[in-house]
Amino acid sequence: MRDNAIAALLWGCGAFSAAVTLAIVVVLAEQSWRFFRHEGVTLAEFLGSTRWAPLAGGTKHFGIWPLVSGTMLVTTVAMVVALPLGLITALYMSEYAPRRVRAWLKPTLELLAGIPTVVYGFFALTAITPLLKMMHAGFGVYNAFSAGLAVGILCLPTVSSLSEDALQAVPRSLREAAFGLGGTRFDVAVKVVAPAALSGIISAFLLAIARAIGETMVVALAAGSMPRFTFDVRNETQTMTGFMVQMALGDVSNFGVEYYSMYAVAFVLFLVTLALTLLGGFIRRRYREAYQ
Amino acid sequence: MNDEPHPPRIRYAPRSLARRRRIDRLFVGVCVATSAASIAVLVALLAAIVAQGYAQLNWRFIRSAPSPSIEEAGVWPALMGTIWVGAICAALALPTGVGTAILLEEYRPRRRWLRRLLGFIQLNIGNLAGVPSVVYGILGLTAFVNLFGLFGSPASPSWEIGARHFDQYLTEGDRVVLVPVAARDAPDAALVPGAVAFTPQGRRVDLNVIGPRDRLPRDEDLLERTVRSDSDGGRISREAWYHFRVPLGRGVLAGALTLALVTLPIVIIASQEALRAVPSSLREGALGLGATRWQVVWNVTLPAAVPGIMTGSILAISRAVGEAAPILIIAGIVYISTAPRHLVDDFSVLPLQIYNWAQRPQPGFHALAASGIVVLLVILLSFNAVAIFIRARAQNSR
Repeated sequence: MRDNAIAALLWGCGAFSAAVTLAIVVVLAEQSWRFFRHEGVTLAEFLGSTRWAPLAGGTKHFGIWPLVSGTMLVTTVAMVVALPLGLITALYMSEYAPRRVRAWLKPTLELLAGIPTVVYGFFALTAITPLLKMMHAGFGVYNAFSAGLAVGILCLPTVSSLSEDALQAVPRSLREAAFGLGGTRFDVAVKVVAPAALSGIISAFLLAIARAIGETMVVALAAGSMPRFTFDVRNETQTMTGFMVQMALGDVSNFGVEYYSMYAVAFVLFLVTLALTLLGGFIRRRYREAYQ
Repeated sequence: MNDEPHPPRIRYAPRSLARRRRIDRLFVGVCVATSAASIAVLVALLAAIVAQGYAQLNWRFIRSAPSPSIEEAGVWPALMGTIWVGAICAALALPTGVGTAILLEEYRPRRRWLRRLLGFIQLNIGNLAGVPSVVYGILGLTAFVNLFGLFGSPASPSWEIGARHFDQYLTEGDRVVLVPVAARDAPDAALVPGAVAFTPQGRRVDLNVIGPRDRLPRDEDLLERTVRSDSDGGRISREAWYHFRVPLGRGVLAGALTLALVTLPIVIIASQEALRAVPSSLREGALGLGATRWQVVWNVTLPAAVPGIMTGSILAISRAVGEAAPILIIAGIVYISTAPRHLVDDFSVLPLQIYNWAQRPQPGFHALAASGIVVLLVILLSFNAVAIFIRARAQNSR
């Protein structure tokens, strides 16, 4: 009797998390559908046009590509920073670092991971951007590069800690065999251990990309609010998340077409990050090198 | 499919040992430089913030409300909002999260479809952990703030308690009087002679209503309670500490519920790891002594896993406390002058207040943002310190 009651309670907890996912999908799909039923809004324009002007006085334009290009700019800059540096840090911590260095490095990375994103946004706006402007006059007050650098710093601990877990899971015997064959530490780390942990590393990369795409406060503060279809990182831009913040700052209770466009953008964002997370999980499971 | 383990391929490219050693040394240099860079970034970040925020950080800054004047602004309402939201979020997310973790780790159903269901929930939690927090904000806006639009709008809730509504008038003698009305969105009260009215302090006054063109009375006392029948009132609400309404509106509870959703997958994953780390010999010993499955969980597994669960949960809550994006969607940026007074009161939290100051162009507000960040980081670091302390004690007692 009592056992059944407890089991039911626990199943309730478990069902709740499934309900959350369902609620996200239903809410986003339903509200996006309302968006596409508005006059002058078509799916073809949404997915095909490169003009995004939801707040324009005359004809509004809803082509998501400017927001996507903004997101891609910031994410690319961030990943150019976070992926190589994160992987090198992981290799160092797992294969090279003496105990004393680890004792410093690990808490540093944990601290970097624990700092709220709004702080990185502030750092990008008040420290990175002035530095960039000092080095090159072309940078604006708001620019994709500064935001991308900050997002990169913020993603670095994700990459390094997940990759390190994958590297640590490679059995000792592989390393010893490679050393026995006369490999240097570099040979062992880069040619034996890293390939053996490749599935875990790639899945860490994908999770970091998903995190960068969904990052909100940094881009809201440092990247600006000018959606444009450009690949110049010195310019002000707007990401998908940045647009949502802009809508939240304004009067979102006015249930106009631009209010519903927020849901359509959120839906795209959700689908992209979900695809990346699923792909990461799939790669980790399917291509894992299993050792006894 | 060939699932058998095979050794990683090593491409054969003969290189002299000396050259490989050189590469090795070079790579160590790269590694050290990278690590030094990440430590340098952390130091630079903290230094930049403390340098900007140090000057106006004092007790007055902690205790005052935000203000357009930089010298008088403070973080008190946001700090209290953070405490309210963090506490409610923890109270909601921890039991649900630990419950789900126990279900996934300790409940081993024999039926195949139940196992499949558990596998689905597990996959689902991994995906929820990857959903950007701003999307949770959008969900919370629809689900909690508006309750899917099923129960009216926040401006005219279908059910509320603990609130009285008034029309506020300025009398001809420049005094404020409040005329009670039935509901938040009721039509304006009719201004007729003898209408019930109160002073803001709650004292009852006899309203003297005169026509739009009537002459004003001479008597000072009468003038103070004289209203012209065509004057415009403003609707205000007096809310008691137990005030509650459905839908929730942009209140503390909606924010905390949303953050609980953000935190839930993190709590579940951390608790699962803690439960997994409990050696199975403990469980088997208890089962062998004749304990039922839940007696084992409650008396053996859970106590052994508590330090791990606590550590993970504290880190999850500290992430929720630092989260700004979902709260920004839920609460928007509105001027908040007091700490939250009830569960559905308007609120702000520290990260949101920091964002509010940081997005302004004036450097003075940037300095305020930096001071706010110092306050936030002190809170988060003390959370982390508690987590590290618990972890260290648990390791020592083993």
